[in-house]
This record gives sequence, structure tokens and C-alpha cells, in this order.
Amino acid sequence: MREESEVDDPDVLLRVAGVVKHFPIRQGIVVKHQIGSVRAVDGVSLEVRRGETLGIVGETGCGKSTLARCMTRLHPLTAGTVTFDGQDITNLTRRRLRPVRREIQMIFQDPYGSLNPRRRVGSIIGDPFAIHGLADGLERKRRVQELMELVGLNPEHYNRFPAEFSGGQRQRIGVARALALRPKLIVCDEPVSALDVSIQAQIINLLAGLQGEFGLTYVFIAHDLSVVEHVSDRVAVMYLGKVVELADAAGLYGHPRHPYSAALLSAASVPDPDLADRRERIILTGDVPSPVDPPAGCRFHPRCPKARDRCAAEEPGLVVRAADPPAHLTACHFPVEAGENLARA
Amino acid sequence: MTLLSVRDLRVTFPTADGYVRAVRGVSFDVDAGQTLGIVGESGSGKTVATQTLLGLTRGAEVSGEALFEGRNLLTMRPDQLRAVRGARISTIFQDPLSSLHPLYRVGWQIVEMIRAHRDIGKEAARRRAIELLAMVGIPRARTRVDDYPHQFSGGMRQRAMIAMALALDPKLIIADEPTTALDATVQAQILDLLARLRDELGTALIVITHDLGVVADIADEVLVMYAGKLVEVADRRTAYYEPHHPYTKGLLESIPGAAGTHGALRPIPGQPPSLIAVPSGCAFHPRCRYVMAECVTDEPELRDIGSPAHRSACWLPAYQVGLDEGGVRSG
Amino acid sequence: MSTTDRRPALAVGTEEPGQPVEGRSPWRLAWDRLRHDRVAVVCAVFIGLLVLVAVLAEPISMLVGYGPTQQDRTGGITTDGLPTPPSPHHLLGTDNLGRDILVRIVYGSQVSLLVGVGAAVAAVVIGVVVGLCAGYLGPAVDTVLARLMDVVLSFPFLLFAIALVTVAGPSELIEIAVIAFFSWAAVGRIVRGQTLAIREKEYVEAARSLGAGDVRIMFVDVLPNLVAPVIVYTTLLIPVSIVFEATLSYLGVGIIPPTPSWGNMISDSQNFYQVAWWFLVFPGLALVLTTLAFNLLGDSVRDALDPRTEFRGR
Repeated sequence: MREESEVDDPDVLLRVAGVVKHFPIRQGIVVKHQIGSVRAVDGVSLEVRRGETLGIVGETGCGKSTLARCMTRLHPLTAGTVTFDGQDITNLTRRRLRPVRREIQMIFQDPYGSLNPRRRVGSIIGDPFAIHGLADGLERKRRVQELMELVGLNPEHYNRFPAEFSGGQRQRIGVARALALRPKLIVCDEPVSALDVSIQAQIINLLAGLQGEFGLTYVFIAHDLSVVEHVSDRVAVMYLGKVVELADAAGLYGHPRHPYSAALLSAASVPDPDLADRRERIILTGDVPSPVDPPAGCRFHPRCPKARDRCAAEEPGLVVRAADPPAHLTACHFPVEAGENLARA
Repeated sequence: MTLLSVRDLRVTFPTADGYVRAVRGVSFDVDAGQTLGIVGESGSGKTVATQTLLGLTRGAEVSGEALFEGRNLLTMRPDQLRAVRGARISTIFQDPLSSLHPLYRVGWQIVEMIRAHRDIGKEAARRRAIELLAMVGIPRARTRVDDYPHQFSGGMRQRAMIAMALALDPKLIIADEPTTALDATVQAQILDLLARLRDELGTALIVITHDLGVVADIADEVLVMYAGKLVEVADRRTAYYEPHHPYTKGLLESIPGAAGTHGALRPIPGQPPSLIAVPSGCAFHPRCRYVMAECVTDEPELRDIGSPAHRSACWLPAYQVGLDEGGVRSG
Repeated sequence: MSTTDRRPALAVGTEEPGQPVEGRSPWRLAWDRLRHDRVAVVCAVFIGLLVLVAVLAEPISMLVGYGPTQQDRTGGITTDGLPTPPSPHHLLGTDNLGRDILVRIVYGSQVSLLVGVGAAVAAVVIGVVVGLCAGYLGPAVDTVLARLMDVVLSFPFLLFAIALVTVAGPSELIEIAVIAFFSWAAVGRIVRGQTLAIREKEYVEAARSLGAGDVRIMFVDVLPNLVAPVIVYTTLLIPVSIVFEATLSYLGVGIIPPTPSWGNMISDSQNFYQVAWWFLVFPGLALVLTTLAFNLLGDSVRDALDPRTEFRGR
């Protein structure tokens, strides 16, 4: 994640470097001119290694969904690069990007919105085959039904419409669609957030099983910390368009070093009364500022219980701090010390 | 002292596809100052049950009894119910963006609500509104009272809703998924606020949610609902550490936070049932790991498990409480 | 932030025990709703009969015994040269030239239906294609096409219609062309609006992430979602076109006499209705009832395809 790391590390499947994505805000009557921009992602560098699950957590406005779409080139980047399997895909034309799209897929959040309500499920799952001209007619149907079974759906429901399925089943349809072309990387954007609690576990287990069976690599985006901890090998915490901490899951959840990560973890709802009683919540003041006009210096400083002058002036880089292991990066001038209790700060 | 006593509440909706039996016989009590957590997923009937108490469901066939301060809410006339709503029992909804009127100033909405129930002047009502907004932690309440809802952030809107709910010193507040639409850090703020206010004002609270973490945080007593019925009633610690009903156990074993890290989650197989064609016997039997012959034919009623404080609607013997190996307890 | 799975737990179409509720496709559901709507059924029957009558115009005319332009100088016209009232020979009376009104109405229905439906369909096809392109292909294309639609909508239809007819001569085809020309932009605008909304949906995003091209997405993903509003709009555009046609004929720039059209019949009756009420009333009634039937049917179709009054329980 140091930007000058080895370029052709075969272990790295996807690398994003210095990704910036700004959405212009336009105003004007006849001709619209730009008056500002929503700085959704403002300089993110990450690597995704083969076979791992990289979790990305953050609250609304942190830019995680936008980052996901930059990774899959659904959005053109304002700046930065995206490298997939050694190939720079940042500026590829639509045509050149097509073969790459077979290798990177997405699973979306909304089981009710990510499937076209007017198309039959077989047609939806078969879309990838149709678009890339890989299978036709009966062969396509066979493969689609195979996929349906793989994800736990009844292949005889091939001709049904999405409305005839429950939320969990619809999400399975989304998984089947993403899996169709045997991609290498699947970016999951909040895949279980909109599902009932008892169904979430089914989908999480399904994704884990498929990862083992097909050697998939996942980027898993969510706002639910316990889910991310459960599925991820490494986790990146995002705040207002930047990554503030990056570590392996145990390291992050065991000793978060960034005050925001600490606050987020302490705020997470924990289904364990004793733990809830014992835990002292770090209550942050104020609300998340708007990505249109982020604070100067460290973006978190207005709400940070440890903020000092330096934080308002100088933005901290995402580097290894103090005695942390080399895989644990924090973007903070005064990281949380071992044993320090921010709830009383 | 019992504030609200619900007995055998049943709510059925006639639809083109058949009768949707949303609530199939729910009974519970709420004592003054107590916090009840009603947990359930979609289709459990938790929201329909509480909304029916306040007369907010339309086109439904309702039976049963809900005694609040000695009067049956279910048989009250609309004007009587209106007098109760807001003043004696108030509600906080999930999405404050849709429950606050977008075209009226926040302060105005609070003032109007106060004056609809009490005979006090505009000035006095406005002072009260400012006082309430300050109490719920909205900074510069004096100026913000004249803002429109869209000028408030999500967390602040929810605080404004709480302010409205408290305006008339209700005895009971029903909070329907109060934190679901909020970010984690804001959720923490709101729960903290609710707990503080409850302690200071002694209001009883019913929190309806699907989030077991929220309930672990704030509730005294936990009610678990499934397919329109209560399947387990227990105090907080018992519900999480010694659950009896297989659905409760299943929930606790399938949520990452509760079952421990990196162990495989144990999902409850299948889906919640259709409320038109509820399975025979115990509604949970098609998904239950412990299913026995009687579960298919006889519907179990809530019965005491060890103590009257712990009740479960299951045919399993009373000693079979607790999570299976793999379930985690702290402390 | 997300909300939980709040739909009613009607897990239709699963293979779980205790779930006998059968799944129905959205089209099937809509059709069922329509079938049970009495108003829709009555209107549909009326329109069906009208179509039948239009198709069987010749046999009907032979049955009645008079052609549409045939003047009955004996029993069809009074001694003062005025129309005769309804009688066993002329069930709906005659017009000022002694022609049987019933037969003329029947032939007129051919014009109304042909032009009405033809123009509506033509307008919708053009409007859908333009609207789809404007809505989906991005701001550059959109600006051009949207301005085009604005320009077309600001044309004064009457002046243009008259001008065109003067150049091209009156006929059904010209009528269809003119009416379609003025109607397509309204359809286009609606389709454009819908397309803009659909474009932001996650399933379109999903299609793009799979590598689908623009044209494929427009026709495979967006268009099926437009079918419902397009059907509704078409059924509501038909009566508008029918009235439009009647207006053109009334003004003498559509179908001109002696060929009967409800519009020109009404026009002809202007000088005689005080003494021959049937001359005005029957063609007028035909026009009104047909328009009403299509309008009501259109309303019912809209309700069937997009019900908002259904129970949504939790």
C-alpha cells in the first residue's frame, strides 16, 4: 500500500492507486457550470490479494460504494489508476474492457432493485452468457440451471419472475449471475444488509462456500462491523473518502489504532448483554460532515476526542505507526495506544 | 404497576390472496418505567401488533384486548384514540424523513402537536419546543427550532422525533426500529439518548427491532416474535445466554457478533412462512432442528420455563436451555 | 443506509412445506385484475363490437339496404329537402342528402378506428425510440432530442395540418401522419423521463458491470420496463387521436365528404340540427361513447398494471 510497491507482485489481483472520484455539482439555467464537487473518494490506494477477502467498512458518505464502482470501472476515475491482474484498466475503452469484465463481477445490495422485475430469472442469470456470446439456447439453459443449483435455488424456477422470490432468494440469483462466467474477483456491495437476520447467515455461508470451491477473491463492503469481521481476512476502514486504517481482521478488531475505528467498533451493536454493559461507548459529537467540503488536515479531527493542532493542519498518511506489525496501517498522528480508553477522553 | 396489558391480540387482513394472519394471539404486559424489546424479522408481526394498539392499521380485523390505564385501546373511538396518541403513548418511527412533514418547520410541528392536546399559548408551546430540542441534544436549539427537516441530518431528525415524542410527557413510548436507518456512530448516540431520557423521566419504552444488539443494549425484558406469535419472553440475560426456543437459539447462532469470530455461522434453514398459509402446529417446525412429532400437529402456547419470568412456546422440555457448543458467552 | 427486508413474508414460489400459495407472474396478475374490473370488461366489449361493426361495414350496409353515399330520394328526404327522422327504413334517420345515418356511422367508424389506432401506434413507436435514445444515451444526445421534442410540441397543429393537407391532399394516410406528428413528442417526453429514472436502477448498473452494450441494455433491460406505461399511454392516446381525426374532418381538412367520418357528419349537421336533432346527436354519440370507452379502458389498464390500492402489510 506504499505507492511505490512492487508493480508486478503476482499475489496482487487488483491494485488501486491514488484513486480519486469527484462528482461535479452543477448549476445554471441554460448552460450548467460546476460550482463544486462531491469528493466521494479522495485518494485511496489498496491492494487485493488473490484468494483473500478484503473488507471495507465505513458509514454513509465514506465513499466505499463509490470506491467499489471505481474498482469495477463502472465509474470513470477522476484520477488514479486501477490495475487488474497486472493490466492497467484505468482508461480502457468499453470494447477493450469487455474481456476484463468477465473476470470482475459485482453483487449488489438491494435484492429488490438489482434484478430487472420484467425479466425472467433464467434470462437474468443467463445474461452474462448472452452478452459475451458464450452459450446459446439449450446449452445456456443448462448452465443457468447448474448455477441455480449451486446457489441453492430450484432449477425448475427458471421461468419465474423476481417478484416471485423472497429477498434471500433474490440475492442468491444475484450471486448466480455474478458467478456465471467464473470470475476471479467479486466485489460485494453490502450483499446482506437488506436481508433478514436469519437469511444473512445463509448468504454469508454461501459466499464463503463458493470462495473455497472456485478460488474466488472478494472485496466485501458493508457497514455492519460484525459481518465484516466474520468474513474478512483484512479490513480497511474508510472515512470521508479516505482509508483511515488497514489491517488484518483480528488486528483491527483487537486493537484499533485510529480513533474513528475505535469509535466505530465501540458503537457497533453487540448482541451480548454483558459485553454491552461492560463496554464503554465512545460517543462522537456531531454528525458526519458532507463530502462536498471536507475538513482541512485530518478529516476526522473536528469529531476526534484526541485532536490537537497538528491534526487540523496536516493530513496524516496511511503508514505503519509505532510498534505495529507491517500489515497494520493507520492514518493518524496520535493513534490510540494500547490500553488507552477514548470513552473517557 | 402495569401500564399496558395486551391480551390475545389478533390482527387479520383480508386480501385477494386470502387472509393474512399477521398477529395470531399476542399477550404481554408493560410496567411503568420498564423497557421492553420486541425482536422479530419481517413478517413476524411486531410492527403490525404495536401499530394496531394505536389504531394505525387500516382494513384489519382486530380482536383481543389492550388495556391502557384501565381502558381498552382496541375499542376506543377514533377521537379518544387521538387523545391518547402523542399525549399518553407516543411513537418514534424508523425513518424520520418520512414521519416529519418536509414542508413545515420542525418547531412548528412540535408546537402544533402540543397545542392539539393541551390548551396552552403559542409562546409557551414554543418555549417548550426549544426546551425539548435542547434536551435531546440539538445544539443551538433556539435557532434550529425554525429549521426545516431537510436542514437536519439523519441523527438530528431522529432526535427531533424523540423530542416530539416526549413533548407531552407520555407514560409510554413505542420506538419502531428507531436506529435502523442510522449510521453506527449515530445509532450509538441515539440509544444513549433514549436510555438517558428513560432513566431521567421514568417513561416506559417498547423498542421494536430486528437488531439483537440494540435490544441487548437497552431492554430489560425481551420478547421474541415469529410468524405473528410470541415464541419467547425472558429477561435480558436469560434471553441471550439461556434461550429456550429454537428460533431464539437459531438467531443467536447465526449472527456474527453473537456466535464468535470466524466460526462458521449456523443459519436457520428456509424462510419465514407465508402468513396466509401458516404451517400447522408450531409455525417454526419446518425450520426447526429439534422438531418432534407433536410440533407438526399441536401448536405450543407460551409456558413457564423454570420461572414465570421466562416463557417459551415450544414442546421441548424446560431444562433444554442455552446455546449449543459453538455458542459464545462472555464474562 | 439500508432497511431490512420489509416486504410481507409471502414467500411465494418456494418449495417449502406449508407454502401452498402459487406464484403468478406480474403480467398474469395484471390480466387477472383487468378481468375482474367490470368497467374494463364493458368497455372492452363495446370496443370489440365497434371493431366488428367496422369490419362488417359492407354486410351491414347491404342488410340495411343503403350504401354510405347513396341518396334515398324517395323516403330519405322530406318534401322541403330536409332530413327524415328515425323510422323503420332508416333506423337513425337520414342526413340532408337523404343518406342513411346508421350506415354512415358504421363506415365512419372505420375511419375513426383506422386513423385513431394507426396514428396512436405510429406516434408511440416514434416516441418510444426517440425517448429511449434521449433518456439513455447521455446528455449530448438528450439535449438535441429533448429540444426537438420541445419544438414539435410548440407547433400550432391546426395551421400545420391545414398547410399539409393543402399540399398533399386529404386522405386517411395524411391524417395519420399529421396526428402522429403532433402526438409522438408527448410520448417521447414521458418515455424519456421513465428511461432517465430506469437508467439509475441497480439492475441497469448490473448489466453494465456484466459488459452489456448500450443498445442491448436499452432493448433488453429498459424497454420491458417501459411496456406498462407505454400500453397505458397508447390506450389513452387512441381516443385523443380519434377526436383529433374528428376535429380535422370537422374543419374540412381531414376526410372530406362524401366519404363519411364522424367529424364531417357533425360538421354537416350544423345547419340542420335544429330541425333534425338525430343528424347531430347520433354521430356525436358515437364519438363520445367511443372516446369514453377507450378512456375508461385505459384507466383500468393503468390500474391493472400499477395498483396502488393493494394491501401492503407488514
